Amino acid sequence: MSDGSKEGKVQLLQGNEALAEGAIAAGCRFFAGYPITPASEIAEHMALRLPALGGTFIQMEDEIASMGAVIGASLAGLKAMTATSGPGFSLMQENIGFACMAETPCVVVDVMRGGPSTGLPTLASQGDVMQARWGTHGDHPVIVLAVSSVRDCFEIAVFAFNLAEKYRVPVIILSDEVVAHTRETFVLPRRGEIEVVDRLKPTVPPEWYRPYEDTGTGVPPMAAFGDGYRHHVTGLTHDERGFPTQRSDEIDALMRRLFRKITQGFHEIQRVEGFMIEDAEIAVIAYGSVARSARRAVVEAREHGVKAGLLQLITLFPFPRRHVEKVLRQCRAVLVPEMNIGQISREVKRVHRDSSRVESLNRVDGRLITPGEISDCLIRMYY
Amino acid sequence: MAEGMTGLVHKYLRHEKKFPHIWCPGCGNGIVLGSLIRAVDRLGLDKNRVALVSGIGCSGRMTTYADFNTLHTPHGRALTYATGLKLSREDLTVIVIMGDGDATAIGGNHYIHAARRNVDMTAIIVNNQVYGMTGGQYSPTTPYGARTTTTPYGMVEHAFDISALAVAADASYVARCTVYHAALLDQLIESAIRKRGFSSVEVLSNCHTQFGRRNRMASPVKMLEWFKENAVRMHATSKMKPEELEGKFIIGVLADSERPSYNEEYEKVRERAKGNGVPKPPVRCEG
Repeated sequence: MSDGSKEGKVQLLQGNEALAEGAIAAGCRFFAGYPITPASEIAEHMALRLPALGGTFIQMEDEIASMGAVIGASLAGLKAMTATSGPGFSLMQENIGFACMAETPCVVVDVMRGGPSTGLPTLASQGDVMQARWGTHGDHPVIVLAVSSVRDCFEIAVFAFNLAEKYRVPVIILSDEVVAHTRETFVLPRRGEIEVVDRLKPTVPPEWYRPYEDTGTGVPPMAAFGDGYRHHVTGLTHDERGFPTQRSDEIDALMRRLFRKITQGFHEIQRVEGFMIEDAEIAVIAYGSVARSARRAVVEAREHGVKAGLLQLITLFPFPRRHVEKVLRQCRAVLVPEMNIGQISREVKRVHRDSSRVESLNRVDGRLITPGEISDCLIRMYY
Repeated sequence: MAEGMTGLVHKYLRHEKKFPHIWCPGCGNGIVLGSLIRAVDRLGLDKNRVALVSGIGCSGRMTTYADFNTLHTPHGRALTYATGLKLSREDLTVIVIMGDGDATAIGGNHYIHAARRNVDMTAIIVNNQVYGMTGGQYSPTTPYGARTTTTPYGMVEHAFDISALAVAADASYVARCTVYHAALLDQLIESAIRKRGFSSVEVLSNCHTQFGRRNRMASPVKMLEWFKENAVRMHATSKMKPEELEGKFIIGVLADSERPSYNEEYEKVRERAKGNGVPKPPVRCEG
């Protein structure tokens, strides 16, 4: 009998399928979603694969409900995920905020398409970067990761679940239409080759359990409903026991802990990948499908004598400031190509202290930025 | 250990810090909570295996006071969280408390789909016909003509019949009661929890503070009298003409049927996916 897994075998997969496989490898056993282009294949793949693994797939009545069910499943102890695109992602924001406040681990995939509104369902965009950062109301940190290839989709899905479980936060994966629907060959790693992190559970007797207690890491152990640790979970600002509070000392402690737990983990949360960056004098900072164009563009630019390099951002938020600053100090010019009018370029400009020139290259016509466009830019900026 | 209701209070309510509660004196929420606790006790459920999920509003605070696994969700979304819980931990008895705004306005879509999907859980809707916590604005169940802070010239929309919605959406068990009929309410909640599949109990409750005060029923007693005088038992309705039922509340069991819950259906899906020879359901798409 097979559970449908094709571990260790070469596969021709599209980004969406690889993302679903990555989630399953990370231990995801619950998926709730609502059909939307260009994310639907993730749901379809989960509907096919989860039941044989004893997991649950459910198609809910909308994206609000999907996100609610995901949080419910996570509170019951399962690793849970949903996937959508821009319009659905907007609907999910309220419940994503709940997951932040109640510290419920889960993974939310936004396969970006053109917007605003119904926009361009079948064409690519990177317009949701700031929605991922600031989509919910209230003040809280957030983890946002970007994928650029089929391999990334698998690996970043695992990484996202590990971060969600370790830090008790919703983790957002930004994919885009190009990555989602590109098919590439890929060898699915075997189970033992993947590092999987599970949430910390309480070890104290139930009467001692304080579900939102401050700990050294800022991440309290999490009991599942039904484990015998009866406790209260609310979206209201709460004290260490989870009960609503209006006491300023308790409010302040909670809010600061929510930030601190992420700040303390910067070293492992902020992931970037350098390509020919060591000796670069001019750099591209890119993410998502554009990072692949950039990789090619760097090679082309080098052929023209331009000492170019690429800093690919895998973690968009918390913004990998230290990595970006290093590149800004090292290079005399930095190019930020994006399929929006400038969302990450604004972040780059925010952290740079006039040490180098920062330029942006933007496309908002639903088409991927080509390697040629980026290398032309690099050559012009270099000479 | 104290006996009777006091004993139950000690057993099922959280005593440290969370009292006094936020409800107005005479509020119907306390009666609903009392019935819920008595039903759970009579069923002999283990507190560790009960999940109580609520939405936003006065009724939403019930989860803070009751000593179960409790979850206080955003406005209208309680049923979606409860769906995730129940599908992930079958051993939990999932009970959802909502207000009329929760269940029929902001969460109306979730309510009809939860009923249709037939996930094994119990929804208790405390219908006080008004948004009480936010200051007495009209809700989808405010009666025609009623005065609220957002209908200063009288309500001109027609009210939703919550239980009729659940019946139409094919919920396995649908009942209605009022907080005046507390003994009946105990029984209905007990039967609803026992029911496999989705069960819905609508409870007409008094908000004399926000609704009664503006509609000539400024005390709990007046509102309870209104429930008493206008409630008609389900079995008595067959002898009554439609015009006699105008403005009445039909109480009792409105629907009770057997069909496999979503949980049972999904278990078959798992078996099919594993290739264990469970046949797929027949395709039924004849026009």
